[in-house]
Amino acid sequence: MSRVTAFLTRRRGGDRWHWTDVVTVLWLGAGVILMFGPAVWLVLSSLKTPAGLAEFPPTLLPYAAETVVVEGYDKPLPLFTVTREDGTEAVLAEARRVGTVAQMIDPANPDDKLRVNIAEREPVRAVGFAWENYTQPLVERNFFLYAQNSVFVTVVATIITLVTNSMAAFALSKYQFRGRSAVLILIVATLMIPLSVILVPLFSIISATGLFNTLWGVILPTVATPTGVFLLRQYMLTIPDEIIEAARMDHASEWQIYWRIVLPLTAPALAVLAIFSVVWRWNDFLWPLVVLSRQDVYTLQVGLNAYAGELNVQWHFILAMTVVTMIPVVLVFVFLQRFITAGIAGTGVK
Amino acid sequence: MATRLKHMAGAAAVAPLALLARVLDPPLRALQRVAGQGGMITFFLVPNMAIFGIFVLLPLCINFVYSMTAGPELFLAQRDWVGGAQYAKLLDCEDYTRPATCDEDLFWTAVWNTARFVVVQVTLLVVCATVTALILNRELRARGFWRAVFFFPVLLSPVVVGLIWRWILQRDGILNAAMLDLGLDPVNWLIERGWAFAATVGVTIWAHLGFYALILLAGLQAIPRDLYEAAEMDGTRPARMFWRITLPLLMPNLLVVIVLALIRAVQVFDEAYVLTGGGPGTATLYMTQYIYEVGFASLLKNPGLAAAASILMGGVLVVLTLVQLGLGRRGESKGKAR
Amino acid sequence: MRKMKTSLAALAVGLMAQGALAGDVRVMWYSDGVEGAVIKDLLDRFMAENPGINVILDEVPYSVVQEQLQVQLEAGQGPDIARVTNIKALADHWLDLTPHVADPDYWRENFGAQADWMRPDGSDAITGFMTQITLVGGFANKTLFEQAGVEMPGKGATWDDWVEASARVMESQGTVAAFAIDRSGHRISGPNISYGGVYIGEDGMPAPVNDGTKDFVGKLVDWTEQGLHLKDVWVSASGSTYRAAADDFINAQLPFYYSGSWQIANLSTKIGDLFDWVATGSPCGSAGCSGLQGGAALVAIKYTQNAEEVGKVMDYLAQEDVVREFSERTLFLPGHKGVNTKGGLNWDTQDPNVGAALDTFVAAAADVLPEAQRLPAWKWGSAYYGALVTRISQVMAGELALDEAWARIDSDIAEQVEAAQ
Repeated sequence: MSRVTAFLTRRRGGDRWHWTDVVTVLWLGAGVILMFGPAVWLVLSSLKTPAGLAEFPPTLLPYAAETVVVEGYDKPLPLFTVTREDGTEAVLAEARRVGTVAQMIDPANPDDKLRVNIAEREPVRAVGFAWENYTQPLVERNFFLYAQNSVFVTVVATIITLVTNSMAAFALSKYQFRGRSAVLILIVATLMIPLSVILVPLFSIISATGLFNTLWGVILPTVATPTGVFLLRQYMLTIPDEIIEAARMDHASEWQIYWRIVLPLTAPALAVLAIFSVVWRWNDFLWPLVVLSRQDVYTLQVGLNAYAGELNVQWHFILAMTVVTMIPVVLVFVFLQRFITAGIAGTGVK
Repeated sequence: MATRLKHMAGAAAVAPLALLARVLDPPLRALQRVAGQGGMITFFLVPNMAIFGIFVLLPLCINFVYSMTAGPELFLAQRDWVGGAQYAKLLDCEDYTRPATCDEDLFWTAVWNTARFVVVQVTLLVVCATVTALILNRELRARGFWRAVFFFPVLLSPVVVGLIWRWILQRDGILNAAMLDLGLDPVNWLIERGWAFAATVGVTIWAHLGFYALILLAGLQAIPRDLYEAAEMDGTRPARMFWRITLPLLMPNLLVVIVLALIRAVQVFDEAYVLTGGGPGTATLYMTQYIYEVGFASLLKNPGLAAAASILMGGVLVVLTLVQLGLGRRGESKGKAR
Repeated sequence: MRKMKTSLAALAVGLMAQGALAGDVRVMWYSDGVEGAVIKDLLDRFMAENPGINVILDEVPYSVVQEQLQVQLEAGQGPDIARVTNIKALADHWLDLTPHVADPDYWRENFGAQADWMRPDGSDAITGFMTQITLVGGFANKTLFEQAGVEMPGKGATWDDWVEASARVMESQGTVAAFAIDRSGHRISGPNISYGGVYIGEDGMPAPVNDGTKDFVGKLVDWTEQGLHLKDVWVSASGSTYRAAADDFINAQLPFYYSGSWQIANLSTKIGDLFDWVATGSPCGSAGCSGLQGGAALVAIKYTQNAEEVGKVMDYLAQEDVVREFSERTLFLPGHKGVNTKGGLNWDTQDPNVGAALDTFVAAAADVLPEAQRLPAWKWGSAYYGALVTRISQVMAGELALDEAWARIDSDIAEQVEAAQ
């Protein structure tokens, strides 16, 4: 490669490090830690017991106390490292504890009892994963059904979004007609209304149309997304009108022009919209929570929040189920990363 | 690209649609003969606009009517008409810069918090996104991986983002534990005013950085290399090249980024709400949270007041829209020029 | 004022009646702990005994009960039965079960004490029963006190005594604070009343904040400034959002924690054998040693189309042995007179701390002052609590002076009352 964009593209001056190289290394290094670190932390936390989650200072890995079965005791006893008076350390089991004094026994020799102040001992722990955070909700609640509902919402909403948005974007980009700018301004203006401020009016419409507690009540308000229309229109503007004129000469119908010519040329933008729509609808939380209050129509995001009570939140379940719901998003990301990056490159720009 | 996409999406999903499109062609051709091109425009617009009208526009109109009514009832028919009383209440203030002198002090607290947030967050976000894009545009090994690193958080749900960071930043979170290990004094990140504000700024940047960096990266990659070549031959210094070539040619993308970031910053809600809940005190209480709590989340709801607040906020956003349209037009003409 | 008429309402009513299958009863239920699993068990048993009735349990996030249910009810929708905490303000939507239960006198006898909490003022309807009675009260980390060599204040100790003793433990053991109270207006209202606070005016409407309330809140703010009361919990949100300080108590970072009986199961699971803890009841003020009762009720909803079946389900769940079993398995204090008089509940736990703590709470119920007893059945309770939390936390965060806060609290409440009439 020529030296053209040298100052931006590679280390300056061959072997010597330019300051931009240092910045690059630091930035990328910090990026990996900052961007991936929190997600890794979430996954590790989701494998902790409720007591482990509440612990401070938190441990990086989930730990479980080691126990030992001692003859003469019904339950397994927790193990502690105790410093004896003569300074030697021993691993002992706790038989019982009264106040600040614990009665410790040697598992190998149960009759050897020792009274130890609890400040002078450390629990023996080993890495242990609380898989029940995952298995218990999956068994207790119908998460499989919730997942089906989530998939239905995501797929149907995405298809409708792609079809209706691309049709509207086609009309708004390839035809001149009166009121075009008005429609456009209307769409762009609503780009900026966050859903959370029109919850109550939207709810009254959903309930008036009988869509309450149905999956369509979740789908329909989200599919006419102004973002989608805007994004596709901007992309379609870059398609030369000459191609369309040529097609008309060949007696193509307007529908064919849309379907056979414009849509394929818009594929990168459609891919971006599709991917974002999938991610958005999958992650949607506030609106489904308002519309859905019956288990048989729950989506995953609503279902996992049933562990949020009034006075207590069962975080161990919520974290675990959050990780489960993240899996499809991560898969989408891993497999479609190329499309996302290539697509955004082509769309957000113009 | 298109064919590969079809493979990715799976023939199963596309094939029936393709068939449907073909089946639809004859009747639509007939429609076109009857209704003409104008009719076809309507046809293309109707599905989207119908849904848009019912589920976006109509609620907005209802919201407007709401803002003129009072009472705890949620359904319009039962509400009392009060005209502009809700607006008067929101705007009743001796000194707008000091929320404590206002009737609805929390509204004005939220307004100023949001303003401060927008200025700080958008500035930092744009700078960080630009630096990231410049670095990703360098000749790196495993470029795809690095792009992925920065883009990854964009795909997480805002609630999850807020949750993760709360676990990290709270007093007994992992960050303070790490600082203790390093012999530093722990900081109560979410309880001290300045840090809590910084946390909402930082976490929202964390979540959105990748998206904007990619838009900017696209702009960088579209800059013709020969410009740099020519500059190099003239012996232009790299820093000067950046200011004279890179930045001006990146402008259209930069404007898109700034405007999108502005709009999203004004709407800031989910991440901040989960992270700080608006605290400490009201230090990170932002507009959307105020509206959400007054109108929906509190036990004694006041949807009229919330609607009036949202209409005022909408007014601000419309101004931003007009700015965007203006800038967009300038961006378009620039794009053509190049 | 003129009521607005739009066609929307008519539309709403017309389209709304989604066909409920005859014999279907939907129960909306939220859970803080294991009670979801327990009620599911009980309902399964009910269905086995009553083959004609299909009970569907919808376990929802609490926010659905708190935020969305009200909107549903306004639209004349909703489940058939719901577990609700906001039982007084929404009382107009509850179904009078009197004609639908087998023996109304059994209900009046056993649930009469809390009946007013869940019906409109002046009504004598039977609308449901408490799944759980809660009482606000304190917990102390006995082990921390012992390690510090500080004697735990006994019965009749004041708030000052408790804070002073806890402060010594804090110094000796290096905990983050001496004590913490949950971020909730309900939680501080018991102490307020113990200091002579009065919320209910003579006309039944909210009274302006009085000296008793100012007394305790002033102390609390002072303690917060001195670093004795854990500031984090109160300033960690704006508005009336609830925040609990349980995690710090569980981590042995607080010698004293003022919360309530519902924490017992939570503490037991998470503390395990880490340390010994005891319930303490409520410390005293100048007027008494009052806590405050509350809880969640299971109520029937007016818009049900299967009132007969709803009555049967409610009758089943209200049976003495069912209530007893439910309480034993969930570690909740029952709201059933028969169960309470007979006592001897066989709590389903291995933890010796639990039984003692529950007993302490049962005993502490006798200390609840008359003003506090009126609060759960008072319509404006949540308005008062909300204003208190919002403004006091601003004072603690240094945004507002106490004097300004009193004025704001009064005007906030007045606005809420005005907006709701």
